[in-house]
Amino acid sequence: MKSEKITKLILIIASLVILLIFAGMAWAMIKGAYPAFQKFGFFGFLFSTEWNPTEGKEAYGAMPFIAGTVITSVLALIICFPLAFSTSLFIAEYFRKRRIAIILGTLVDLLAGVPSIVYGLWGFYTLRPLIASLGFQGQGYGIFTSGLILAIMIIPYATSISNEIITMVPNELKEAAYSLGATRLEVISSVIIPNSRSGLVAGYILALGRALGETMAVTMLIGNANIIPNGLFSPGNSMASVIANQFGEADGLKLSSLIAIGLLLFGVTAIVNAIGKIIIRKFA
Amino acid sequence: MKKLLAIVFVMSVFAAVAGNNQNTSTGNDSKSISISGAGATFPLPFYNQLIADYSTKTSMLVTYGGIGSGGGIRSLKDKVVDFGATDAFLTDAQAAEFSAPVVHIPTCLGAVVLAYNLPGVTSLKLKNDVLAKIFMGEITKWNDKLIKAENPEANLPDMSISIIYRSDGSGTTFIFSDFMSKISEKWSKEVGTGKTLKWPVGMGAKGNPGVAGTIKQTIGAFGYIGSEYAFAQKIPFVKLQNKAGNFIEPSVASVSAAAQGDIPADTRVMLTNSADPQAYPISAFTWIILYKEQSYNDRTLQQAEETVKFLSWVIDTDAQAVAQKVDYAPLPAKAVSLAKTILKSVTYKGTPIVK
Repeated sequence: MKSEKITKLILIIASLVILLIFAGMAWAMIKGAYPAFQKFGFFGFLFSTEWNPTEGKEAYGAMPFIAGTVITSVLALIICFPLAFSTSLFIAEYFRKRRIAIILGTLVDLLAGVPSIVYGLWGFYTLRPLIASLGFQGQGYGIFTSGLILAIMIIPYATSISNEIITMVPNELKEAAYSLGATRLEVISSVIIPNSRSGLVAGYILALGRALGETMAVTMLIGNANIIPNGLFSPGNSMASVIANQFGEADGLKLSSLIAIGLLLFGVTAIVNAIGKIIIRKFA
Repeated sequence: MKKLLAIVFVMSVFAAVAGNNQNTSTGNDSKSISISGAGATFPLPFYNQLIADYSTKTSMLVTYGGIGSGGGIRSLKDKVVDFGATDAFLTDAQAAEFSAPVVHIPTCLGAVVLAYNLPGVTSLKLKNDVLAKIFMGEITKWNDKLIKAENPEANLPDMSISIIYRSDGSGTTFIFSDFMSKISEKWSKEVGTGKTLKWPVGMGAKGNPGVAGTIKQTIGAFGYIGSEYAFAQKIPFVKLQNKAGNFIEPSVASVSAAAQGDIPADTRVMLTNSADPQAYPISAFTWIILYKEQSYNDRTLQQAEETVKFLSWVIDTDAQAVAQKVDYAPLPAKAVSLAKTILKSVTYKGTPIVK
């Protein structure tokens, strides 16, 4: 009985610590961001495209970074989806439990665990020169390359989750469909997809969440220009990347603005997750 | 459950014992003090070399964190380091934000070079107005006739100029933009001087190493870096026009020449666009900053003495000789004597530390 009580106590303390950390973080960020919001107004800060740290002309707005983050992440998702979905069908349905699928599945799981700086290095030294050689503007730095590297980073992640979901579709359903004379494609489109839709969407939302917060690989490839990108191959900057780049020297209003961007990134991630949950509930 | 508790208990005993050990060791050995500093990355290779030499010579432990000039200023303001380091001297307004007076000790001279990546082009000259036009985004191609006019022999390609700048706040950016503001009225009005700027064109990379690496990897790239990074990575750089109109290559001699003019008693001066006919135009002092009154935050006299002793050594002949080996220019005699006078004004509880 006594050990019961102790266990309970430990569990309560542990949960309280998590709550405290969360509250402390939220408090520190809101407090830190307050001067920026006070100076420019919440919506003024949100929608302003000016990022000018020169003394006397100081003005900060988050829009270039919100645009950079959202565009690269959505681009990544668009590139990632067909590849990840096909791969997971290959692994979890067409070649299920065959040696090639097992090897491929292990490889995908392995790739999902590679640290982002490694992707960044590969992107900087291999992928970027390749894109530069295609002759687009900006020597290979910019939105497109960042989106591409993000896609490559989240493909294993999305594939891994999709595999699990597709494997979970009950065999009875599939066998029933086959016994009625359905082709493989028909089984996929009318049994597997409808049964795993919400799980798949959740998987891609999680992948998008990873793309939104990714810092290192993006900062090495996006070009770090604090402007709203004017094309697919234009340089830009993302929210996580501008914070990583500029917090070291920042003070005063600039530091406050960077913290405010951090708060917004937190908000954007929360919204994306919320949308994911709504979609899941709608289709489930 | 009992097992778990036992483990927790054993671990906490270990932790307590370990903690005690630490306490007694610092208590017994009161001489084990160390000096810490943080700031600019521009002189980082120089400071690293100095600290290595100093610790073999005196067995005093000095640590230096290259976190950028702004970070160095903030660390000193927060009193978490013994000295800060910066490439941009404190303005009167910045100095007023400190709780006590701060003094500047110049440590060496450095140059900011304009490095480029153009295969087959080994020598390039740029006039001031052309340089300004490139960075304002008015000249976008390497084979622009204004660039060609000064470089008739160079085989300039029909290629876009990719401007690379520092994405993080930087003393190097401050020095470069200070020079640009002096040579171009338009730059001064539209962009200005600062550690980070609103750039008309181009893209950013993090830190001097980041910019150097990006230029090296990107054909057609053009950007500014601390000279030692260009020397070390063998990236070609431009001969710039100084105030007298001569095209000058950055070297120890041409950087030293920039410091031949008048230096104010507190050494707070920008040396860019020097009037000396042999001077390289983007030369600058880099400084170490510390509190004039060293008795703060329960600092011991010994701590203050060791800090000042280290800084006295930095501006003295032995350490200054190291500067050239790592591609910086040593302080001119005038600056050394000013720095010595400033160090003599540093006190502990009102008494000068150096007699």
